[in-house]
Amino acid sequence: MGYWSEMLEGGWSLVQGMRVTVRRLVQPVVTVQYPRKHLQPSPAYRGHTELKRFAETETHACIACGTCQRRCPSGVIKVQGVKSHAKSSKVATHYLIDYTRCSLCGLCVECCPTQTLKFSTQFALEGVSRWDGVIDLIERLEENKS
Amino acid sequence: MWQALGNMLGADLSRLLLGLVIILAFSQLNALFLVWLERKVAGHIQLRPGPKEVGPFGLLQTIVDGIKLVGKELITPRLADRKLFVLAPVLVFMPVLVGFMVLPFSPGLIIRDMNVGLLLIFAFSTFSVLAILAGGWASNNKYALLGAIRSVAQNVAYEIPLLLSVMAVVLTVNSLRLSDIVSAQHRVWFFMLQPVAALIYLICATAETNRAPFDIPEAESELVAGFHTEYSGMRFGLFFLAEYTNMFVVCAVATALFFGGWYGPFGFQLGIPGVVWFLLKTYFLLFVIMWVRWTFPRLRFDQLMNFSWKVMIPLSLANLVVTAAVIKLI
Repeated sequence: MGYWSEMLEGGWSLVQGMRVTVRRLVQPVVTVQYPRKHLQPSPAYRGHTELKRFAETETHACIACGTCQRRCPSGVIKVQGVKSHAKSSKVATHYLIDYTRCSLCGLCVECCPTQTLKFSTQFALEGVSRWDGVIDLIERLEENKS
Repeated sequence: MWQALGNMLGADLSRLLLGLVIILAFSQLNALFLVWLERKVAGHIQLRPGPKEVGPFGLLQTIVDGIKLVGKELITPRLADRKLFVLAPVLVFMPVLVGFMVLPFSPGLIIRDMNVGLLLIFAFSTFSVLAILAGGWASNNKYALLGAIRSVAQNVAYEIPLLLSVMAVVLTVNSLRLSDIVSAQHRVWFFMLQPVAALIYLICATAETNRAPFDIPEAESELVAGFHTEYSGMRFGLFFLAEYTNMFVVCAVATALFFGGWYGPFGFQLGIPGVVWFLLKTYFLLFVIMWVRWTFPRLRFDQLMNFSWKVMIPLSLANLVVTAAVIKLI
């Protein structure tokens, strides 16, 4: 009896398989045609770092303390800041990262005393030279404002 | 023009010539369409869109691919058997075309209504195995040779149940002429009388055309590309074309034998011409074959052989005996 039951069971499993694929055939396509349509990256996506804009000051809160610069294992961060007068606090004027060598470890985000750093969701980056990988975060913040 | 051609060559020869031209044009177009359809079906089964960039719905994609193939260099391996190597793609394509000669598209649309039509188709379709063997042997490549050997073993195994299942129909109609077989199905299609034979035929036809899940001759995960590993350019294109044309012929024969050929269901023609019914059914069967391909994984070689010798052949033999007994009793 094994012969026949095996054949029937096998045949039924084939029918079930066909049913699965024919259902797939009529289901909508899930492919996103990339250059024409974009998916929203998940909030947990780690792009290069970015300066946060705070609502109260309408700008970043970077005090150019240099903690991230010292903490960065790859040494890709360079921060410069100025004091407007002797007793005021420092404000960053340049925040450069060399994204080509960044390992996205996130130590800079963690150690920032004013918590002004976050990961961006930028994923489509391209360039023709190494210097295209160097991003000025403050410039970027200014550009995004307008 | 028809008259002039008829006067010059005689009605019979000119009919054959015209038929050949139509067949050649049709087989190319058909292959182009089928490749597109296959890729679309495969895509949608995997929730992808399939080809969509070239032409409306990607319909021109296969033409572009064809042009690319024609433009490619024809490479012959250094130690290959040159004559056989060049001959094999031609050999594989030619017998498939012969099959077209006797296909009954509609009562008036048969190029040659031979009284041994069915025999002719199967005699010539077996021929393509020889071509595959020649191609695999001549390539002087172990993968090609293994693919060719597998192909021969598989075709020998599956030819038997295929022919036995067809014989059941031939016994019922008492004729090998395809138009007679179709005419006998005016009211009842033969797959209702011969469901086992129809199923066996479809399974064996899939194996005969080396389609998945019976595609071990060209199992790409084991044998690179099987018998056409060394072929490039349009020589490979001919193998490809032959495969899809062969699929069409096999499905057209299935339509003629089991699914009522040019007749509508239960004798209702519904005002649709016979040739449209025929093509509709054939393309539906082709779709089923593609559907099967994108559903099931490839069989292992021993499973394949077991399936033929332990299941298909006894079943088809039993079916034939039962059919003969019933016919004798009635």
